[in-house]
Amino acid sequence: MNTFLQLVVNGLGKGAVFALLALGFVVIFKATEVVNFAHGSLVLFGGYLVVVTRESLGWVGASLVGILSAALLALAVERLLLARARSADANSLALLTIGLDVIITEEVVRRLGVTLPFLGEAWDAQPIQIGGITLFRTHLVALAVSAVLITAFFLAFRYSDWGVAMRAQAENREAAALMGIRSSRVTATAWLVAGALAGVAVLFIATQDFSGAGLSRGTHSIALAAFPAAILGGLDSTAGAVVGGLVVGLAEALSAQYISFDFSKSAVFLVMLVVLALRPSGLFGTRESTRV
Amino acid sequence: MLSVRNLQVRYGRSVAALHGVDIDVPADGVLAVLGSNGAGKSTLLRAVSGTLRLHRGSVVAGSVEFDGRRIDRADPAAIVRLGVVGVPEGRQVFARMTVEENLRAGGIGARDATRRAAARARVHELFPVLAERAKQRAGLLSGGEQQMLAIGRALMSGPRLLLLDEPSLGLAPKVVARIGEIIREIHAQGTAVVLVEQNAVMALRVAEHAAVLEVGRVALRGTAAELAASDDVQRLYLGGHAESWSEAHWRHGGRTLARWER
Repeated sequence: MNTFLQLVVNGLGKGAVFALLALGFVVIFKATEVVNFAHGSLVLFGGYLVVVTRESLGWVGASLVGILSAALLALAVERLLLARARSADANSLALLTIGLDVIITEEVVRRLGVTLPFLGEAWDAQPIQIGGITLFRTHLVALAVSAVLITAFFLAFRYSDWGVAMRAQAENREAAALMGIRSSRVTATAWLVAGALAGVAVLFIATQDFSGAGLSRGTHSIALAAFPAAILGGLDSTAGAVVGGLVVGLAEALSAQYISFDFSKSAVFLVMLVVLALRPSGLFGTRESTRV
Repeated sequence: MLSVRNLQVRYGRSVAALHGVDIDVPADGVLAVLGSNGAGKSTLLRAVSGTLRLHRGSVVAGSVEFDGRRIDRADPAAIVRLGVVGVPEGRQVFARMTVEENLRAGGIGARDATRRAAARARVHELFPVLAERAKQRAGLLSGGEQQMLAIGRALMSGPRLLLLDEPSLGLAPKVVARIGEIIREIHAQGTAVVLVEQNAVMALRVAEHAAVLEVGRVALRGTAAELAASDDVQRLYLGGHAESWSEAHWRHGGRTLARWER
């Protein structure tokens, strides 16, 4: 029972980080209908900037730089590449992001060379013992930070002009344009937010507690878990992304313990397949309920 | 106020939709644009509201001016800020958002908060039902209510020119009559209107001036009264288009309207 509780808490901690990634992924999809396969490379890029600036700026400063650079890279991708190809099919744009992902990832990996630096923590890395269970501090911090960010996101998404514009455009691009909603601004902010969330996520992923591995190609493949998270949540549902992230985190933690560590990666995708078989549009994906 | 000169529009590389259209809307006027399916009515509105590009269309020649300012190359958001707002065909409310949020989305084009508040009061006065259903999802409204929401949403930015694309589409005759009254009211409050319609009876009752589009050209123009009285309008409407006749017939629940009686 103690093991189970421990797994649940730590799984949720991991899941919260996946939720940040999946949320960004979904926000981009909603705003542009583009599936952003370069999401993992945004994670790596943010992490790399942390590694580079850590010595001179310290953890807090470097983390801010990392978050900001991931956000700006996402913005640059949108402004310089996607915005110019607006009339292109969403599928070709998705392919474009695959190419971009390869370029950014390989470049960061090349620059890292043989070093696999941990990003380090600003908190005490000692696990916490409560009763008979061991909790990783990184996971608890991740859970807290994600909860704050996700809450802030949902409040903005629901109540701010930005959120209303974003949802309106996601639902009907032409009607939104007719209302004077600036499509390019909505799209750009979506990428900016998604990039920033990826920059936050990497701070937790490339730590001893979370993955036991430093910043490397492995970070990219861990970030890939955001895809099944977003898809099983329903690709166009922000709430679904959060739930999907948590489900993926839990599935990974539980299957690693009870089945085998090597199986945990496939377990995540198996869960996704089961969800899709039962609910083809994901847990919270849109099913139209329009009266005509 | 709005003046369209020799407007030529194409979709893709080859499909020409408008071949040189001239249209004028005087300040505070209501212009009805009639015509059958495919005549280019919606294309004309898209050219004015700057949304052609979303349909892969483009202006190849001619101009659209609003208050003496060229808007044929402007983007939709800029055109809304000048005071030209469109209600798209088929209503296209944001179905998953609440009625209130739909109205809010409509007000994003108006930066001024006091103007927004005034617009909201006006919309709630015109459409009390929208205040009653504020918290409901727009997709669950009836067709007539959705049309009212679509018009209300467009009024939220306080437009000076309202472009309506077939507001009567798919609505019961009683509701169509109500929409007609609402358009008159909006006009009486000082907003100019371009009303694109297949329902000529309603449109000519509401408008002062009218033009008939036929395969991308203005085939006929005049005051609404002149056109209503003209045999040509009736001929053009029937025009041998069995398809549009049966569609209209179906649309009005099998009732034959006055315009079909010779």
